[in-house]
Amino acid sequence: MNNGAVVKLIDVHKVYRTGEMEVPAVRGVSLDIRRAEFVALMGASGSGKSTLMNILGCLDRPTSGRYFLDDADVSGLDRDRLADIRNRKIGFVFQNFNLLPRTSARENVELPLLYNVQRLTNAQLREKADRVLASVGLVGREDHHPSQLSGGQQQRVAIARALINDPEVVLADEPTGNLDSRTSIEIMGIFQQLNERGITIVMVTHEQDIASYAQRNVEMRDGIVLSDRVVTQRSAAEAELEKAARSTREEAG
Amino acid sequence: MRVGSTFNVAFRALRRNKLRSVLTALGIIIGVGAVIAMVGIGNGAKAQVEAQIASLGQNVILIFSGSTTSSGIRTGWGGAGTLKIEDAEAIRREVPGVAGVSEEVVSTTQVAAGNQNWFTRIYGESADYFDIRQWPLADGAPFTPQDVRSANKVCVIGRTTATQIYGNEDPVGQILRIKEVPFTITGVLTPKGLSPQGVDQDDIVIMPYTSAMKRVIGGTNLRNINVQIGDARQVEAAQQQIIALLRQRHNIRPGRDDDFTVRNQQEIAEAATATSRVMTLLLGAIAGVSLVVGGIGIMNIMLVSVTERTREIGVRMAVGAHGTDILTQFLIEAVTLSSVGGVIGIICGIGASRILSAYAHWPTLISLSSILIAFLFSAAVGVFFGFYPARQAARLDPIEALRYE
Repeated sequence: MNNGAVVKLIDVHKVYRTGEMEVPAVRGVSLDIRRAEFVALMGASGSGKSTLMNILGCLDRPTSGRYFLDDADVSGLDRDRLADIRNRKIGFVFQNFNLLPRTSARENVELPLLYNVQRLTNAQLREKADRVLASVGLVGREDHHPSQLSGGQQQRVAIARALINDPEVVLADEPTGNLDSRTSIEIMGIFQQLNERGITIVMVTHEQDIASYAQRNVEMRDGIVLSDRVVTQRSAAEAELEKAARSTREEAG
Repeated sequence: MRVGSTFNVAFRALRRNKLRSVLTALGIIIGVGAVIAMVGIGNGAKAQVEAQIASLGQNVILIFSGSTTSSGIRTGWGGAGTLKIEDAEAIRREVPGVAGVSEEVVSTTQVAAGNQNWFTRIYGESADYFDIRQWPLADGAPFTPQDVRSANKVCVIGRTTATQIYGNEDPVGQILRIKEVPFTITGVLTPKGLSPQGVDQDDIVIMPYTSAMKRVIGGTNLRNINVQIGDARQVEAAQQQIIALLRQRHNIRPGRDDDFTVRNQQEIAEAATATSRVMTLLLGAIAGVSLVVGGIGIMNIMLVSVTERTREIGVRMAVGAHGTDILTQFLIEAVTLSSVGGVIGIICGIGASRILSAYAHWPTLISLSSILIAFLFSAAVGVFFGFYPARQAARLDPIEALRYE
C-alpha cells in the first residue's frame, strides 16, 4: 500500500442530509498525493472541492470510503482523535487568514503548540514561533498584531502557524483569495520554497494562473475528479515577480 | 495533560479584552463587596449586642413584676406592682446559689446642683448592684449595705450625668439635689455606652433603693429584682426555684398565670441576637442578589464572547483543540473573572466597612469565614454561570465556526 502517498483517498463519498433530502457532495473520489507534492485542487463552487478539503483536513468524516493520512486510517476516528491528527499532521491556511485579533503574530503562531501533547515552556514556544516566522520572512514583526500587518504579512503569519508543528501536509483554502496579484505571487513563492524543502501542499483555488504554480492540478466537478494532470508550463514565483517589477519600471520610465 | 496551557490560553484571551474583562468583573466586585460589607455590618451589630448583653453581668436572672401572659389584661414587664421587698429578701434567704440580689426601682426626674440641672433616670438598687452588673466605679466609692439599711441620702452617678452637671469638676463629695432632697455623691461610674435599645446607660443616678422609695419615688413596690447566681450551672435550677417561691408567696393557685416574669440572661441574649441575626441575614441576602446579578453579567458577557469569537473557536479546533479544551478555556475565563472580582470585592468590602466604622460609627466585624465563603461563592458563580456559554462554545462544529461571519 505504501507507494509514498502521504494522502490516500479510496472511493470517498460524502452525503449531506438536509431533512428528507440526501445531497451527495462527494461521489467516489480516489486520490493519492505523494510526499513533497504541490497539488492545486480546482473546481467551481458546488463541485465538492470544499467538502473534499474538509475531509482531507480531518474536519469532517467521509460517509463511506477510506482515508489514509501518513499510512494511518483516519476515516473512522472520533472528534478528539481527529483534533489530535489535525494538530500533529495538518497545517491550515485560510482565505481570510483567520488570525486571532488583538494577538501578536508570535502568539498566533504559537497557538497549535498550546494544544500539542508535548508541553513547552513559554521561552521554548517563543523561540520556536520566532524561528518559523523568520522562515516565512517576518523577522521583526513578531509583536505586531494582525491589524498592524498587511494582508500578505497576515497570510505569512498564518502559514507560519500552519508550519509550527511540522505537519505532514499543508492545506490551503483559497490562500490568495483576499490578496492582490503581486502579493499572491509572493505567497506562491513561499509555497514553492516550502515545497522545495519537502513539504506537501494541497491548495484549493479557482484561479488558473494561481494553480499553475503547483506541480499537479486536480479538477473536480459534481463531486467527482474530472481531470488530474501534471502542470507542464509551471510558473515560477521568482521569475514572475521579476517580470512584474520590470513592467512597473517600464511604465514608470 | 494540557490544563497548564489552557490556563495560558484563557489568560491571553482575557488580556486581549481588558476593558470588557474589567467591566465584567466589576459586577462581581460590587456583589462580593456588598456581601462582605453588609455581613460585616450585621455581624458587628450582633457582636455589639452580645457585648451589651454580657455587660448585664454574669449569670443574671431578672424578675419583673407583672406578666406578659397575665390572663385578661396584659400589664407588661414591670407594669403591675406585684413585687415586694420581702420577695427579694425571701430569694436572698431561700434560693441556693444566689451570689447577689438587687431590688430595683426606676424613675426619671430633674436633678440639680448649683445653677445646673439635668433630667435623668434614677435607679434605686442594693449595694450588690455594682457586682451583679460588673460595673466598677471610675472615681470614689459605691454606697454600702449600711447606706441601704438606713436609707441614707447618698448616690453614685454615671459619666454623662457627671459631665452635664459638673463639667470638668470632680463630683465626688458634692451635693446633688433630687426632688429638693440633697444627696451626697459618693462615686462616679465607669462609662458603659449605649444599651441595645440605644439608651445612654451613663445618663443615670444610682442610689439605695430604700432611699429612692422613701425620698424620691414613693410607693412600696419594686419594678424588678436582679439576681446573680454564683455558678452558671445552677442558673436553670435557681430560675425554677424562684418561680416556685414567688408563686407560693403570691398565693397563685396551680393552673393560674404568674403575676411576674422571670428571664435569665441567656434568654435575653438569644432574643436580642436573634434580631441582629435576622438583620445580618437580610443584609446578606440583599447583597447576595447583587452577586447573582454579577453572575448573570458574566454569563451574558461569556455568551456574547462565544458568539463573537466563533471564528476563533473554529481556528482553535482546526489546529487541534478538543471540545474539552474549549470548555475549560471558557470556564477558566469565567472563573478567573469571578474570582479575581471576588478578591477585589473582598478588599473593597473590607474597605467599605472600615469607612462605615470610621465615619458612621457603625460597628463592623469581618470574619475570616465570611471572606472565605465570599471567595468560594464568587468562584462558584463563575463556574455556574460560565458553564452554559462554555458548553455552547465546546459544541461548535469547527467547519461551521470557521465559516462564521
